[in-house]
Amino acid sequence: MTTTEPGTATAPVPGTPDGPPLLDVRDLTMTFPGRRSATGRRGAAVKAVDGVSFSLSAGETLGLVGESGCGKSTTGRMLVRLLEPTSGSIAFEGRDISRLSQGQLRPLRKHLQMVFQDPHSSLNPRQTVARIISEPLLVQGWSADDARRRAAELMDLVGLIPEHIDRYPHEFSGGQAQRIGIARSLATNPRLVVADEPVSALDVSVQAQIVNLMERLRRELGLAYVFIAHDLSVVKRVSDRVAVMYLGRIVEIGDKHTLYADPQHPYTRALLSAVPLPDPAAERRRERITLLGDPPSPAAPPPGCTFHPRCAKAQEVCRTERPLLRIASPGETREVACHFPGD
Amino acid sequence: MAEPKPLLEVRDLQVTFSTPRGTVRAVDGIGFTVEAGRTLGIVGESGSGKSVTSLAVMGLHRGAETTGSIALEGRELIGLPEKELSRLRGRRMAMIFQDPLSSLHPYYTVGEQIAEHHRVHFRSGRAAARKRAVEMLAEVGIPEPARRAGEYPHQFSGGMRQRAMIAMALACEPDLLIADEPTTALDVTVQAQILDLIARLQQERGLGVVMITHDLGVVARVAHEVLVMYGGRAAEQATADELFADPAHPYTRGLLDSLPRLDDADDAPLRAIPGAPPSLTARTPGCAFAPRCARAAAGTPDERERCATEQPAFRPYGDGSRMTACHFAGAVQEAAR
Ligand SMILES: Nc1ncnc2c1ncn2[C@@H]1O[C@H](COP(=O)(O)OP(=O)(O)OP(=O)(O)O)[C@@H](O)[C@H]1O
Ligand SMILES: Nc1ncnc2c1ncn2[C@@H]1O[C@H](COP(=O)(O)OP(=O)(O)OP(=O)(O)O)[C@@H](O)[C@H]1O
Ligand code: SF4
Ligand SMILES: [Mg+2]
Ligand SMILES: [Mg+2]
Repeated sequence: MTTTEPGTATAPVPGTPDGPPLLDVRDLTMTFPGRRSATGRRGAAVKAVDGVSFSLSAGETLGLVGESGCGKSTTGRMLVRLLEPTSGSIAFEGRDISRLSQGQLRPLRKHLQMVFQDPHSSLNPRQTVARIISEPLLVQGWSADDARRRAAELMDLVGLIPEHIDRYPHEFSGGQAQRIGIARSLATNPRLVVADEPVSALDVSVQAQIVNLMERLRRELGLAYVFIAHDLSVVKRVSDRVAVMYLGRIVEIGDKHTLYADPQHPYTRALLSAVPLPDPAAERRRERITLLGDPPSPAAPPPGCTFHPRCAKAQEVCRTERPLLRIASPGETREVACHFPGD
Repeated sequence: MAEPKPLLEVRDLQVTFSTPRGTVRAVDGIGFTVEAGRTLGIVGESGSGKSVTSLAVMGLHRGAETTGSIALEGRELIGLPEKELSRLRGRRMAMIFQDPLSSLHPYYTVGEQIAEHHRVHFRSGRAAARKRAVEMLAEVGIPEPARRAGEYPHQFSGGMRQRAMIAMALACEPDLLIADEPTTALDVTVQAQILDLIARLQQERGLGVVMITHDLGVVARVAHEVLVMYGGRAAEQATADELFADPAHPYTRGLLDSLPRLDDADDAPLRAIPGAPPSLTARTPGCAFAPRCARAAAGTPDERERCATEQPAFRPYGDGSRMTACHFAGAVQEAAR
C-alpha cells in the first residue's frame, strides 16, 4: 500500500491462531424500550438482538445476512459500540468493551469503524468531503494538512476523483456517497470494519473494485470485516464464514462453502432459493420457496422456534421448544438452530 | 382518432448544474418511452445520471437547468408551474427515492406521513387516510402494521424504511412509478414480495414502471426493456433477453463481466472495468467510454482514433428495436467469441 500510516508500526497481528480471537461476542442482546405514547403508557419493548454469539479472527470476514429488520444493523452498531448492549459481552483483542464509557472507548475508536447503510444521511451535509474523511484522523490528533493528504489518497483508493475533495455530499450520487463513507471508515487503518450494506448502492463494476480493495486490505493489513448485505452472491464472494439471522437470533452459521452448498435451516434454504439471477430465461424457469405468512414482530416473538409460523416443516415441538444452535452433522463446524434441519 | 400517447415519453433530456467549478452535464441527451403496464429498467455506472433523470421527470430539480421534453400521456411537464406539478406528483406519478432516511421526515410517525400524503391527494378524512396507511404498510410486508404506523422512521430498520417509502409511493395509486434502487435494503424474500406486488399492480391497473437498479438479477426478473447509461448518455437499449444474451456495447459487456456469481471460484479478483468514469464538466470529443474500453484498446490505431475523437451516435443496432452508441457495436460480439 502506498498510504501514509504514521503511528501504526507493524504491531503483532492479534487473533492469529494462538492468540485470542480479534473479536469474541457472547450472548449479545439489545432490547429497545417501548416508546412512551401521548398518554404516558409504554409500548411493548423490542428485543432487536437476542443472544448472538460468534467470534472473528484478524483477517477474517463474517458475512451477516437475514430478513430485513432481524437485527443486523443493531448487532453491527453494538460491535463498534455505537450502541451499548442490554446484556452480553464483546471481547475485542481479549478485552471486554461492552460496558466501556465513551471516554474509555476513545482510544479504541480508531480500531473499530463502521460503514453505514444510508449513505447520504450518514454524511454531514454541511461538511466537505475533505472534512468528512479527515474527521476520525483529526480526532486522533493528526495535523490538518496530513489528514487532508490522507483523505485525498483514500478517495483515490475507493475510486473517487481526489480533485473533488472540496465538494459537499449533495454533489455526489448515491454510489459516490457510499464510497465517501467507505473511505472514512478506512482512514484510521482500523482492525475491524463493520460494513453495513457497503456495496448495495454501487454499480457492479464499482462494486467489483470495492470488493477487490476490501480483499486487498484484509490480506495486507489483516483487517477483519463483519459484512452485512442482502446480496448473497457478494456475501459468498467476500466472506469466510456466513451467519444467517432471523428475528434477532443466529439460525445458521458456518463456513460459506458448506452453507451455500447445503443449507440446513429452512429459512436459509428459502433465502438462497430467492436470489435473483442475472439471466431472464433462468428467472422465468426457477422455483422459489415462498415463505408462509407474514414476518413476525420482534415485540411479540412467536414461542418455540421463532420461524415456526412460516416454516413448512414445523411440528409440535417447534411451537413449544426453542431450538439451540448446534453442530449440524459430525465432522462439520457449521451450526444450525432447527429441530428438523436439512431436507 | 389520434394514436394513443405513451404513458411517459422522454426526449433529448439534458440536465445541467452550474457549480463554482463549472457546468456539470449530469444528463446529456437521454430519451426513452414507458408504456402502461410495462417496466423499463435503467442500469449504469454510479454517477451516470440515473437519479438525476428520474428527479427531472418528477420535476424535482431545483437549481438545475432542464431542457428537452418529458411528456406524461402527451402532456409536456418541462416548464409546468410547480403547483400543477405537485398535483401530478403522488397522484399520477410517484417516486421511490434512493435514500429512504433522507426522504422521510424524522418528526412525524411513518403512519402520519403516509396518511398525510393520501389526504392531500384524495381529500380523504383522517380516519380513512390512516386506515389506508396501515393497509399499505401491510401490503409491503411490515409486521404488525397498526403498531408500526405509530413509530418514527428511526425506529424502523433500513429495509422497513424502504418499504415505508414504497407504501407511500403506492398509496395514491399512481399511473407511473419511478423506483430508484427500491429494494437495496431488502432481503431477497422480501424483495421478491415487493417485486410481486409491483407486478400485480401492473396487471391490475396498468402501472408503468421505471426501475433503476444496480442489481442485474432484479433487472432480469422485472424489466421488459433495459436502458444502459454511461456518463449521462445512453449506451444501449434493448429488451432484457437481448441485453443479457448478447450485450452490444462494450460497457454493458464489462458490467456483466463484473458480476460475482454464486457459482464463481473466489480466489481470482472480480473483473472490474479498469479506469474511472468520465468527468461531466470537461467532456472529451469522442466516446465517453473510450479511455476504458476493451474494444477500443484492441482495435487498430485508426479505430482507436475514431473512438477518441468522434462521438458515436445512438442508433439502431441489429434488427428489431435495439439501439446502441458504439462505433464498433457489431464487432463487440465477434471480439467476445
Ligand atoms: N446538485 C448537484 N450539483 C452538482 N452535481 C450534481 C448534483 N447532483 C448530482 N450531481 C452529479 O451528477 C451526476 C449524476 O448523478 P446521479 O445521482 O444521477 O447518479 P446515479 O446514476 O443515480 O448514480 P448512483 O448509481 O450512484 O445513484 C453525478 O456525477 C453527480 O456528482
Ligand atoms: N432506535 C430504535 N428504537 C426502537 N426500535 C429499533 C431501533 N433501532 C432498530 N429498532 C428495531 O430493531 C429491529 C432490528 O433493526 P435493525 O436495524 O437492526 O434491522 P436490520 O437487520 O439491519 O434490517 P435491514 O436489513 O432492514 O436494515 C427492528 O424491528 C427495528 O424496528
Ligand atoms: S465507440 Fe469505441 S470506445 Fe466507445 S464503446 Fe464503442 S468501441 Fe468502445
Ligand atoms: Mg440494517
Ligand atoms: Mg442514484
